[in-house]
Amino acid sequence: MTGSQTHAAIEAVIRLESARLIAGLARYAGDIGLAEELAQDAVVAALEQWPAEGVPRNPGAWLMTVAKRRAVDQFRRNRELERKYAEIGRALEAEEDDGTAAFDRAVADDIDDDLLRLIFTACHPVLSVQARVALTLRMVGGLTTAEIARAYVVPEPTIAQRIVRAKKTLASARVPFETPDSQERPARLSSVLEVIYLIFNEGYAATAGDDWMRPALCQEAVRLGRVLAQLAPDDPEVHGLVALMEIQASRIQARTGPSGEPILLLDQDRARWDQLLINRGLAALARAEELGGTRGPYGLQAAIAACHARAFRPEETDWPRITALYSVLADVMPSPIVELNRAVAISMAFGPQAGLDLVDQLAAEPSLQDYHLLPSVRGDLLMKLGRPAEAQAEFQRASSLTRNARERELSAERARSASAQPAAPG
Amino acid sequence: MRFLGYTLADPSTPIPPPDPEMFAKMGAFVEEATKAGILLATGGLTPPEEATRVRYTDGQFTVLDGPFSEAKELIGGWALMECRDKAEAIEWTKRFLTIAGEGESTIRQVY
Repeated sequence: MTGSQTHAAIEAVIRLESARLIAGLARYAGDIGLAEELAQDAVVAALEQWPAEGVPRNPGAWLMTVAKRRAVDQFRRNRELERKYAEIGRALEAEEDDGTAAFDRAVADDIDDDLLRLIFTACHPVLSVQARVALTLRMVGGLTTAEIARAYVVPEPTIAQRIVRAKKTLASARVPFETPDSQERPARLSSVLEVIYLIFNEGYAATAGDDWMRPALCQEAVRLGRVLAQLAPDDPEVHGLVALMEIQASRIQARTGPSGEPILLLDQDRARWDQLLINRGLAALARAEELGGTRGPYGLQAAIAACHARAFRPEETDWPRITALYSVLADVMPSPIVELNRAVAISMAFGPQAGLDLVDQLAAEPSLQDYHLLPSVRGDLLMKLGRPAEAQAEFQRASSLTRNARERELSAERARSASAQPAAPG
Repeated sequence: MRFLGYTLADPSTPIPPPDPEMFAKMGAFVEEATKAGILLATGGLTPPEEATRVRYTDGQFTVLDGPFSEAKELIGGWALMECRDKAEAIEWTKRFLTIAGEGESTIRQVY
């Protein structure tokens, strides 16, 4: 093997083992920040030794053994930090010498539980959303600080600091390394799902020509969702989120045109929708529904996405069903944006005037005043009603509101088309 | 990135009888890959004798039953993986071979 091949191979192994290593160490350390530092020490040792010695047969056990030895060494050497390491040191000294056997037992029995604890802890609501995202990508996703920084287009030290502060917050808030009890679980799970979906949307918002890390973020979010679905198979909203992401991801190839311009859902070439992902999404949705999760926000959004996914052509879309689903969603997760989407569905099911009536009710909504999709939708409906002059004004307004260059151009183009249209008679 | 992994072998080499311990380990491995969120689909292949070939030349179809005289035949199983990069796909394939036994698997990126 060439030098660079070996390095790539070693990095791949480390990435595969990273989350379980941190999770397993956290069970001893009781603190994920400390566990991550110990894991990093082991990774540094691996990067030093494996190129010459080769990747060991059981890399996970090797890393765990090295990390635990470091923790015991630190405990013995640093009296000032004695309080910090006391728990770990005592626990480890009581362990058998054979780290491999202990690790194998952990792998067999508890590592899944530890991984779930790690996910819940990294997404603890005491942390800001930004901090939760960074911590999750670092500890559960195994991304390096540099990769995270690149994906979010912020300097690497910013992410590093964010992670350091997050660990301190968890430690000083004495957040325990555990899965929440049944009372706390819905809210805590909601926090986890929010983090994963945020990561997905960060990657999904990318258009062609953006850094390759953005689509990779999307893929990582879907993967995290799949991991969570295996660890928490009885939570319908987990399957709902996975379904939503798989179906949205199925459209990635169709969403941007040759010059990187965004293509609206109804204009996309459906032959480019990934049927494998659609089928996975529909299967996940079916699991959510089996578990009784038909009224959760992610399940509902997934059901709406599934309606589009099932239509081979836009004309075959079940708009009445989508309208009904949006009505339930508006009940469960009321928001002006949901209302706007509901207006679009109503216009498709019952005609543009019905949609416009609802949109006009939203015109005064404060949170939508700077939302470019409000005038964009209004313009679209006005065009369908044969009122192109008013539509042109709306598209121009949409163009001025969006910060995305390609969306600005799309709206400007629609304004130009509108200005070329005669008004409908009567 | 997506990769298709499959195994080729010399059809004249006798396939060893099924090993229950290997099956159990393989089951655990498939579970591990699924839990890691990277396994999109996987399955086995019926033996080469049961393969059928459909040929289309000069506007005519010919249907041939196996076995065929190939230097190497597709055997064992296949897997469709979604990985961050090829190095990751290689690592999963190594873990697969550790359980499946000595042999050669091919990985090809698919889209």
